Amino acid sequence: MKVRARHTGTQVERYTGTQVTGTQLKRYTGRRVFRVTIFALLFSLVLSGVGIAAVAAQASTPTDDEVNAIAKQLYCPVCENTPLDVCPTQACHEWREEIRKLLAEGKSEEQIKQYFVDYYGARVLAEPPRQGFNWLVYVVPPVIIVAGIFVLFRALRSWSQQPPLHSHISDENGGAEGGEGEASQPADAYIARLEEELKKRK
Amino acid sequence: MLADFGYGILVVTFVLALYSVTAAILGNRQQAALSPKGMPLVESARRAQLLTFPLLTLSAGVLIFLLVTNRFDIGYVYEVTSRSMPTYLKITAWWGGQAGSLLFWAWLLSAFTSAVTLRKWDRDREFLPWVIVVSSITLAFFLSMNLFFENPFARFFQTSEGVEAYTFRPQGSIPFMPQDGRGLNPLLRHPGMVIHPPMLYLGFVSFVIPFAFAIAALATGRTDDRWTRITRRWTLWAWLFLSLGLVLGGRWAYDVLGWGGYWGWDPVEIAAFMPWLTGTAFLHSVMIQEKRGLLKHWNMILIILTYALVIFGTFLTRSGVLSSVHAFAQSAIGPMFFAFIGLTFIVSISLLIWRWPELKSETEMKSMLSREALFLLNNLLFMSVLVVCFWGVIFPLISELVTGQRVTVGPPFYERANAPIFGAMMALMGIAPLSAWGKSTALTLGRALWKPTLPALFVPLLAYLAGFTNWVALVGFFLIAFVIFVTLYDTYRGARARQRAQKENFFVALGRLAARNRRRYGGYLIHISMMLMAIGILGIEIFQTETQGTIAQGDALQLSGYTIEYKEVASWDDLPAGVNYTRAVVNIYKDGRYLGQLTPRIDYYYDSQQRMTIPGQRSTLQDDLYVLLVDWQPVSALGATFKVYHNPLVNWLWIGCLVFIAGMLFAAWPDRDPVPAPQRKEQRAYHPGAAD
Amino acid sequence: MNEPTTTAPLPRRGVPLWAQVVIWVALVALLALVGLGLRKAQNPIISPGSTVPDFTLTLFDGYTYQSASEVHLADLQGKVVVINFWASWCGPCEEEAAELEEAWRLYEPDGQVVFLGIAWTDTQENAKAYLKRFNITYPNGPDLGSRISAIFNRNLGVPETYIIDKTGVLRYAKIGPFTSVQEIRAAIEPLLAE
Repeated sequence: MKVRARHTGTQVERYTGTQVTGTQLKRYTGRRVFRVTIFALLFSLVLSGVGIAAVAAQASTPTDDEVNAIAKQLYCPVCENTPLDVCPTQACHEWREEIRKLLAEGKSEEQIKQYFVDYYGARVLAEPPRQGFNWLVYVVPPVIIVAGIFVLFRALRSWSQQPPLHSHISDENGGAEGGEGEASQPADAYIARLEEELKKRK
Repeated sequence: MLADFGYGILVVTFVLALYSVTAAILGNRQQAALSPKGMPLVESARRAQLLTFPLLTLSAGVLIFLLVTNRFDIGYVYEVTSRSMPTYLKITAWWGGQAGSLLFWAWLLSAFTSAVTLRKWDRDREFLPWVIVVSSITLAFFLSMNLFFENPFARFFQTSEGVEAYTFRPQGSIPFMPQDGRGLNPLLRHPGMVIHPPMLYLGFVSFVIPFAFAIAALATGRTDDRWTRITRRWTLWAWLFLSLGLVLGGRWAYDVLGWGGYWGWDPVEIAAFMPWLTGTAFLHSVMIQEKRGLLKHWNMILIILTYALVIFGTFLTRSGVLSSVHAFAQSAIGPMFFAFIGLTFIVSISLLIWRWPELKSETEMKSMLSREALFLLNNLLFMSVLVVCFWGVIFPLISELVTGQRVTVGPPFYERANAPIFGAMMALMGIAPLSAWGKSTALTLGRALWKPTLPALFVPLLAYLAGFTNWVALVGFFLIAFVIFVTLYDTYRGARARQRAQKENFFVALGRLAARNRRRYGGYLIHISMMLMAIGILGIEIFQTETQGTIAQGDALQLSGYTIEYKEVASWDDLPAGVNYTRAVVNIYKDGRYLGQLTPRIDYYYDSQQRMTIPGQRSTLQDDLYVLLVDWQPVSALGATFKVYHNPLVNWLWIGCLVFIAGMLFAAWPDRDPVPAPQRKEQRAYHPGAAD
Repeated sequence: MNEPTTTAPLPRRGVPLWAQVVIWVALVALLALVGLGLRKAQNPIISPGSTVPDFTLTLFDGYTYQSASEVHLADLQGKVVVINFWASWCGPCEEEAAELEEAWRLYEPDGQVVFLGIAWTDTQENAKAYLKRFNITYPNGPDLGSRISAIFNRNLGVPETYIIDKTGVLRYAKIGPFTSVQEIRAAIEPLLAE
């Protein structure tokens, strides 16, 4: 509690001035500054250690590790794309306490996740739930990749079946990259060829 | 005055950029002799473009001066600096906000294009106008956003409606000077953050050059591999910077964000990762074009895609389309970017379709196991990762439009989809160096492969005996060992051959061999560095453990053999800097042995009202211990809440990065040509300036 | 070597028509998608002047509206509806809580104005404690599945207040807290008079 008092206290001292100009500076205020203010308040609240007292009150409550194991898989809308277990805002802190409460009630991991989905929407999950339209997110990449493999192999096959047009290409560039160039060499001949090239070049 | 001067320079530069586009197009139509005097308009376009660099440097100098001298009447200065910030941060605030970073982009672009237009163009005259057109259009685009939407020099004026930043003084207004600025976001006040954005921008911007040459090749119809040869080094440097940018971003996240990781599959991270993927694919497949005259279409597609993804990534980051922790403030530049992306796509695809028939391969693929076929497979894998990433980023948009439901596509999706692809890439990285160009058969390949494969099999075996049972990790260890052994074996084989041929000392032979084939052996070094990084990634992804607990002073948390004992906590203000520090001290023991102290902190920045959780880290080759102070209670005996991560092997990630840089520098460093004189002359005749 | 197209005349095979069609369709689709996303990102989903689609607000235990535990927006035609998004963890929300309640008590007897409080990303327990602390009596409920906030604003923060006129058209939007009862009344009165 002391911390909070000090922080907010200092903020007021330091920030009354800025706040006044803040409302005047139209372009730079609006909602962004406002949001920042909200979050700042959350941060200072987190510092107040409310959570610690709550946890300690009951001895049989689930541990932080049990809570985090589930929180890791959830995302709160207040901190975009940051897993719940590491998000420092007060909203997320309370969500974690909610998980603790549900765990204490004996809910399973799946039930807890479902509870959060019902309450806050599917976006709290790290992945879209596998149903309806969301299937597309899982189906499309493999389909494209398989199509790519198919196209590649067909192209390779058709290339290797065509008679060569002119195969003398680019060997003059051997100078830039040593031991390569002439095609259709068995692996053992590689060293022989390398030696030869090196001799040639001296 | 000074600000108006800076803005005025931007206007002049913008006009110059537009002029050089127009002059280059008109000059190209003259198509006189291929000499500077025959193309007076193109020459004047070139000079106009060269002039943009000193002008933008001057403009940037003005901005930096304003930043350093606390001119808070400038909107941008107010937004990103405050009196309490040290001078070096005030300078780097140049790219700390939207408007400044756009100017930074433009400045880098101008520097790069100037460097490229200063080269000798003798044999590539026909490219020049088009390279100028592409780079100057891009430059004009970025400048136009500075001029019309995000002016870094806009000043505050008080009107009847309040204070706002204006480019031109509105009627009946008075200038307004705030007492202090808002200050740079504390998350960005980290040395990693000071260099991470410039590195990314450098990487982004330098990809403009190969793209410009590709478009020039399409526009002129000179569609052989000349353009790839000219831009080879540019591409390598671009790739180096982009890679460094990504890595530094990861390091910054690890050190500052306090979630025990370095990569969160955040849309903005992915936006920077996507051009890296296509760029990497391009670096590989362009070698096939140079060696075998194949894949000309594909290389064009890749470089166009890379450029488009660079612009697209910048757009995603800055337009607010995607919600992300990294996102800039919403701004008016979104539609401009959108139009520019559309233009890029339409023009380059049209050009590509027009020139498609002329990009025919000069030779044929002979074997499914030849090196070029394996390179193609490598490209396919990179494209697969791209597909996964692109789809994951774009899907929430689609979902919201179609079903109205917002969804998150997070790390589990990307990890599950990409892990097997990364595995396949590693396998390929091991096989490809031993395959031959042109024709390989299963037999020849097998004969080359068995020697490095056998010892590599021992590695997972040993790991298993040592108690690792996770099969993903075992497969990973095998692949890592396999790639490293193959790479070393092939290098050894080459050096031995040279040693025998030249009767040299082995190490002399090795040195000379490598020096002569920089790209190849630099590439090998990069492969090894990737494997070192893979060790780190496997370590943290599979073996990371964590615990969290609230403990009283003198009590301890246990994790993976470590004991973390809470000793004390202190909190104090550093008012000149506007920060409150809360620092805990913990003693670290392993198996009862005292190892030292760690000091996790919470920094609270008053001016931006933001909190940062700085971990205490103990880093060894074996593992990292990463302690966060989550929460604390000064009065009661309950003490503080700590979160502790045990990240095995993660240090190899950073070691890998250092090796990576070494490999890149080795591959990309300008040649002090080791090729003997007669040969060299002959080469010059073929490829003048190939090594520029 | 540098000009293979001139030395070796090759069969000219362009991009097949179907492939061109596919490429352009894909490109247009991508641009349309990103364009729509951009439009959404830049504008709130509904802006003043447009009709608000129907939604159902399930109320917290102990709250009822006309003795039902659910409120359907469609049933509120003919009334001015004030929708306030808040959260118990949000400091600025506390600043306006008392004013909102005071304004509600002013309008409640007439039955011409309905206040709806919607708790955004809040936990049941904390939300209820907050309502109790500020003694809030107007209908309040959680934003189940974040469906209601999705109607109003893509990047919702709290507090945000929206006022819908008697015909179901959104007429007023406020980001951030009200500072006085007068301000709230000034927003409602013109709509009530229509």
